[in-house]
Amino acid sequence: MSTNGMESWAVDLKDIGAIYPFQGSEVVMVIVGLVFWIGWHVLQTRQENAEIEADLAADRSGEETRAAIDRH
Amino acid sequence: MEGNLNALTTIFTEFYYWVTIVMMFLIHVGFCMYEVGVSRRRNHLKTLMKNAMAIPLVTITFYFFGWWIYFGFPNGPGIAGGLVTAPFAEPWNPLMGTHLSGVNPGETGVTPTDAALWHRLNGVFWGAFLLFSITTASIISGSIIERARSGAFWIVAVLIGSVLWILDASWGWHPQGWMVKLWGYHDAYASGVVHAIAGGAALAFLIVLGPRIGKFRPDGTARDIPPHNVWLVTIGLFLIFTGFWGFYAACNIPLISPATIAGQITGETWTATNIYLAPTTLSAITFNFLMSLSGGMLAGYIVSKGDPFWTFSMGLCGIISASAGNDLYHPIQAMLIGAIVPSICYKLHYFVERRFKIDDAVGAVAVHGYGGFLGVVVAGFMLWGQPSSPYEGFAHINPLGNFAGAVLMFVLGFVPTFVVCKILNSMNLLRVPKKVELEGVDFALNHAFEASVHELGTAEKAMIK
Repeated sequence: MSTNGMESWAVDLKDIGAIYPFQGSEVVMVIVGLVFWIGWHVLQTRQENAEIEADLAADRSGEETRAAIDRH
Repeated sequence: MEGNLNALTTIFTEFYYWVTIVMMFLIHVGFCMYEVGVSRRRNHLKTLMKNAMAIPLVTITFYFFGWWIYFGFPNGPGIAGGLVTAPFAEPWNPLMGTHLSGVNPGETGVTPTDAALWHRLNGVFWGAFLLFSITTASIISGSIIERARSGAFWIVAVLIGSVLWILDASWGWHPQGWMVKLWGYHDAYASGVVHAIAGGAALAFLIVLGPRIGKFRPDGTARDIPPHNVWLVTIGLFLIFTGFWGFYAACNIPLISPATIAGQITGETWTATNIYLAPTTLSAITFNFLMSLSGGMLAGYIVSKGDPFWTFSMGLCGIISASAGNDLYHPIQAMLIGAIVPSICYKLHYFVERRFKIDDAVGAVAVHGYGGFLGVVVAGFMLWGQPSSPYEGFAHINPLGNFAGAVLMFVLGFVPTFVVCKILNSMNLLRVPKKVELEGVDFALNHAFEASVHELGTAEKAMIK
């Protein structure tokens, strides 16, 4: 038993196709990949919103902002 | 693979594209250095990450759908024919993974012919095209620094990198693309298909985004916002030049026989070709790359009075403006085009800034957008009447075809990006609030950094006896 169907390399390579594990689950992998991608954007947007909220609440006096501007 | 020559050709081609991918990564090192150098200290980290994260996002989406678009859409579809089936480029196809040259029992979607051709070439072709995709997205990144939300850019990066540019490549940068067939469109090293479309997208983003705080005086005249580190900027541009060699090489097919092309070329002389499978040589593009770069830098030095930022940028613009025809130009023609077009772009940059209050922090719209657009237009005149393709029945290269193509490229970048940016803006996702822009987009990160330094320093000092 092996995860890609290959148990030895005693084969003619011209007869061999895919050699990655779990062949046949490609569509499921694509769906998982798409969810991962879209989910990343959702999580990133939430993180960015929270960071902006925190930034808006910070440095009420403007002192740090003035110092940052001076540093160019 | 049958026959030693076929095997050698395939493995050489595989290795050739692999090397171009490695070289093209330098473009992105350069883009990151360049953007960080231009940005002010309070925006460094977000500027870096904004550009860098385009790499993984465009990569995965180009795997999911970008690669398939290139092979599926050369007819439009609906302009020169229907949708083209391209199972080897579908993300669920076994040839989109580790594959040898045969077909396993029960393996669906793989024909013996596809397996023989694509098992060693699919990954490296995909990778080379992907690096073009990331470049297209990165071009926009620099122009919008210091006020755009990173998340907004990343959505646009996927749009431009994994949908729009590869759609235009399918139309105008494919041996069977409808623009090549019907218009005689010629754009060998992607003046239009990469640079003009990215410039159009950057302009649309900038219009919706608006300028940085302080960019314009109350009377409407523009202030200069100097780069915080000119060294980083110029070394970054040097690295972009270096990576650009890989970009050029990847636009060629390195070695192919007339029989494999199966077009009108007679005899048995193997050749390198451009993307349209029309003959050229690596020597030709080496001459023309260097001469157009030199034309741009020489003109840039004079026009900008020795300004490092613009001298280097105009060198880049020199290459971009000659790229459409750099497979066929004489080197002195490439030099002159590379000198004249960037000079126009430089003037246009300041005209548009003054007239329309567009704050393009790195001049991307000028260097890539106007440079790419004009480069395609110039190639239409310079190469007028030459064959656009080795295949019978294709339109010849002509000024109208290339002008229409240049307009299409720019508009294809501009319109969808404008619409998406408007939507993002309406959801408050496009631009950071004014207070955050003044604090610097790195405020939270800098605050945490300084707090850590202070805490550590206090602890260490307490241990001094």
